[in-house]
Parts: sequence; C-alpha cells; structure tokens
Amino acid sequence: MTIPVHPGPWTTVAMIAAIVLSSTAGEVLTAAAMKSIGDLDVIRARSGMKGAIRAVVTCPLFFAGVSFLALAFFALLFALNHLNLSLVAPASASLTLVTNAVAAKMFLKENVDRRRWASAVLVCIGVYFLAH
Amino acid sequence: MVAHHTLSPRRYMVLGLVALCAPLGDTCLSRGMTSLPPITLAHPGTLIAAVFTPWIAIGIALLIGFFASYLTALSWADLTFVLPATAFGNVIVALLSRFWLHEAISLQRWAGIVLITLGVGFVAQGPSMTERPSDPALETEPAVEIGEEQLR
Repeated sequence: MTIPVHPGPWTTVAMIAAIVLSSTAGEVLTAAAMKSIGDLDVIRARSGMKGAIRAVVTCPLFFAGVSFLALAFFALLFALNHLNLSLVAPASASLTLVTNAVAAKMFLKENVDRRRWASAVLVCIGVYFLAH
Repeated sequence: MVAHHTLSPRRYMVLGLVALCAPLGDTCLSRGMTSLPPITLAHPGTLIAAVFTPWIAIGIALLIGFFASYLTALSWADLTFVLPATAFGNVIVALLSRFWLHEAISLQRWAGIVLITLGVGFVAQGPSMTERPSDPALETEPAVEIGEEQLR
C-alpha cells in the first residue's frame, strides 16, 4: 500500500484509529493479565521479587497485551512518518482514554460509573489541549 | 467490607511513579534523540549505539520503571483508575517546565492542566477497584438463569 505524502482525511483517520485500537487492545489485555495474576504486592511478600516477575512473564495474556502495545508503538511510528506530531500525539492519547473506558466496561466489567465517565472525558479534552 | 478508596501511602507512591516516570522518560528519549545526527535504516548499528548514550539510557531506565509500577498498579486497581494517573504526569511535567525551566504556558495549556486535574480528582475520590464476589460460583447471573429454567 502506498500512502501519499499529504494523506487525505480518511487516511489520517485510519492511521489514528489503528493506533487507538491497538493500544486499547494492549491496555485491556495487560490489565486483564494483571487482574488474573492477582495483587503483585501480596505475591512479592510471599515469594519475593523473582516470584513476582515469574508470575508476570509466565502469563500468556500479558504477552498478548505487550504484543498489541508494540503494534500500537509501530502504528504510531508509521503515522508520525506521514502526519504531524502535534496532531497524532494528542489525538491518539486523548481518544485512547475514552476507548479504554468503554473497553474496560465491556471486557473487564469494570464499574465505570458517572464519575469515571466524566473523568475520562475531562482528561481526554485536557490531554488534547495540553499536547496540542 | 474493606474500604477500597483508601490506598496505602505506598500505593500512592506507585501511582506517583506511574505518573512521573512515563513523561520524564519520554522527555529524556526526545532530548537524547534530537541531539544525535539523523539515523537512517541503512546504518541500523547507529540505533544500537544510541541506546548507550546517557540521555537515552536514562530515558529507557525511566520507562522500565514506569512499566513495572504500571503493572503493579494494575494488579490492585482498575484500568479506568490507573489511566487518569498516567495522564496526570503530563500536568506535572508542564508545571515543572513552567516553574523550573521558566517556559511559557499558553492559555490553552492551562485549560488542559485544569481539566486533567479535575478529571483525576473525580476518579481519585471513588473506589480504586471494582468489587467482585470472591467466589465465582456465588455470582448472581447463573443462579438467575437456573431459576428461570426451573420456572419453565
């Protein structure tokens, strides 16, 4: 696939969507992995730092999460090759907050109450303002 | 019942590390990379050498610290609780650059700082972890389904 030097709006949307979706998948899988492992503080108290590291690196969900986070990183690098940092960084960082809240509610069954929705939206706009 | 919104000082410290290490690590990487001559794919060795320059090494160490504390936080707190903390790091870095490096902050950035702080304040007031039944067999949904089957 060849991407024009000045990508059109749909190509821009697709590149940002690729970053947002892969990083959301990565964050949710990583969070699910850590929930399935259990409280790391307890594990470390019981079997030391080595035991805690072993618990993390032997969890298949953790590697699935890290793979998607790596994919998100390369999608970001790819987008930065074609789009401005001042667009890509704030757009992907702020949109990821909202998609993560939706995904955490759907897949992790987290209790995303009104307080957390409000926070996700406020932080989303705030990150956009701060990074733009 | 345990009050989940009262995190121990140690756990607040872990969240603080999550917030601080990511933006500081990114800043170190950016500072290290911009001071290097442009790297091309024709000489990938220069990218390996870049890892051992001081700023990039510090940046990588900070990002490893971020990931370790992020994973620790996710093991006892919800994703939707930890993520605003990560965003709060940007506020800390913006304030540091204002009062330490004396950089100017535009009105739009101040608005961003206020919004993120408000959002983090909202989440921090609530519980850090969704409460779940400790025994999966005690969850209500399957029990209701069985009940409905018996009624038919």
